[in-house]
Amino acid sequence: MESVILDQLKRDRILDLLKEDKRIDGRALDEQRPLSIETGVIPKANGSARIKLGNTQVITGVKIQPDKPFPDLGDKGILICTAEILPLADPRVEPGPPTEEVIELARVVDRGIRETEMIDLRQLVLKEGKSVIGLFIDSSVIDSDGNLFDACSYASVTAILSCTVPKYELKDDVPVLVEGVTSKPPLKTIPVSVTMARIGNYIVVDPTSEEEACMDARITITTNSEGNICALQKGGSDGFTVDQLVRCSEIALSVGTKIRKRFEQLM
Amino acid sequence: MTQLMTEDGIRCDGRRVDELRDISLKVGVLKKANGSAYIEFGKNKIIAGVFGPRDVHPKHMANQDTGILRCRYHMSPFSVTERKNPAPSRREIEISKVIKEALQPAVILKDFPRTVIDVFVEVLQADGGSRCAALDAAAVALADAGIPMRDLVSACAAGKVADRIVLDVNNEEDQEGQADMPVALMPNVGKITLMQLDGILTPEEYKTCLHTAIGGCKRVYEIQRKALMEKYFQNGEQ
Repeated sequence: MESVILDQLKRDRILDLLKEDKRIDGRALDEQRPLSIETGVIPKANGSARIKLGNTQVITGVKIQPDKPFPDLGDKGILICTAEILPLADPRVEPGPPTEEVIELARVVDRGIRETEMIDLRQLVLKEGKSVIGLFIDSSVIDSDGNLFDACSYASVTAILSCTVPKYELKDDVPVLVEGVTSKPPLKTIPVSVTMARIGNYIVVDPTSEEEACMDARITITTNSEGNICALQKGGSDGFTVDQLVRCSEIALSVGTKIRKRFEQLM
Repeated sequence: MTQLMTEDGIRCDGRRVDELRDISLKVGVLKKANGSAYIEFGKNKIIAGVFGPRDVHPKHMANQDTGILRCRYHMSPFSVTERKNPAPSRREIEISKVIKEALQPAVILKDFPRTVIDVFVEVLQADGGSRCAALDAAAVALADAGIPMRDLVSACAAGKVADRIVLDVNNEEDQEGQADMPVALMPNVGKITLMQLDGILTPEEYKTCLHTAIGGCKRVYEIQRKALMEKYFQNGEQ
C-alpha cells in the first residue's frame, strides 16, 4: 500500500499534465497502450491467446466439451467466461477466494461476450434440452498494470476467434467425440470493450494502474461490429455527467473500430 | 413467449412505456439500526438498514484519513420463484459493489476517519430492477441514520422492449426484452453514480435510454423526499 501523500502528489502531477492534454506515459488521452496478440499459445486448449496491453499481460484458454444445458436454456449451448488475477501478477494479490474486484472483472468480461451475442449458441445444441456443447473461456492475468477489463476481454475474444470446435455426435444419447473433425465456432459479431477512466474532468482511455490509483470513476463500454452499444459497467467511487457518458460511448465506438480491425486479421 | 407489448404500446403489466411501477417507501422501520427504510417497487419488497459510523472490524480495514462504506446486497432464499441458495452468489457480490460505488459519492466519509458505515439491503421479494430499488431504500436509510450527504441517490432502470425504449423494466421484460440499463443519479448534483447495460442499443437508443432512466430517477427522488418528510416534518412542523 503506497502512502496517501504519494498518491495525492501523483494525482496532482497527472492532473497537471492532463491540463496540457498529456499523460504521464506520453500517450494521447484517447490512445491505448501498444497491444500485442499471440494466438495458439496453449496447444492443449481448443483455442488460446496471450495478449499484452502495455505491461498488462493476460493468457486465455478456451476449452470446449459436451455438457448438459441450463434448465431454462435447453436450446442453447453453454458459454462461461471467468477471469482471475494470479498471485504472481501483483504484489497486492493473495491466494484465496475471489475478491469483489475479481468477481466484477469476470462478470464484465462475460457480459461483453454474452450480450453482443458473439457466438451463436443455438448452433451448439446436440439434442435440445439434453445435450449441448459448452465453451469455457478462462482468463488469467499474469502481469497486472491496469485496465484488466480490456486485457481479459481482448484475450478472451481473440482466443475464441482462434479456436476450433471439435465435433461430437450422440450415440445412445451419449456425446462421443468424432476424431479429426473440427469446425470454426459459429460467430455472429466481434465484441470490443473500451475502458476509460475519469480523472478530474478528463476522460482517458486504457488507464495504467498508476492512473487507476488516482481516478475518480471508471467505465467499460462494449460495442459490436454493427456499431451498437451492447454492455456497459460503471465503476469507481465517483460518477459521470450525462455529457461525459455520451462522449465515452463515442470514444468506445471509435477506439473499438480500430481494435476490431486487428481482431479481424486473425480470422 | 409472452407478448411484451400490445400494438397500442401497453406493456405486459398494463403500464405505458414511460410509466413507473407503483412505489411505496417508508423510513425508519427498524429499531436497532441507526437508519432504515422499506421499499415496495412493483412486486419488489426490500428492506435496508444502516449502522455507523462505528468501529471497523476487522481493524486492518480502517483508514486513517477517511471513513469507509461497506455494502451487502442479499436476496432471501424465498425471494424468487426457485429457491435461491442463501450463500451470496457472484451476482450478489457484484451488485453489492456497484451499490456501494453508487452511494459513495453522496456520503461525506471524510468526516469520520477510522470508522465504517455499513449498509445492508435484504431483498425479501425480487421482481426485476431490484438493484435500483435496493439503492433507493439504502440512500434513504443513510439519510435516516443522520449521515451527512451531498445529495440523495435515486435509481431507476430503462430498457428496450419490443423495439421501444421503456422506463422501469420489470422481470418479464428483463428476461425477454432486448436491453436493460439500470442508472443511479445524484439528482441535485447531476452525477450518474451507477450505470450498467445488458443488451444491444444503437448509439441513438443509448442516449434516449439514458435520458429515460434519468427521468425515472427524478421521479423516484420526489418519492424519497416525501418519505423523509413524512418521518421528519410531521404536521407541518419544520
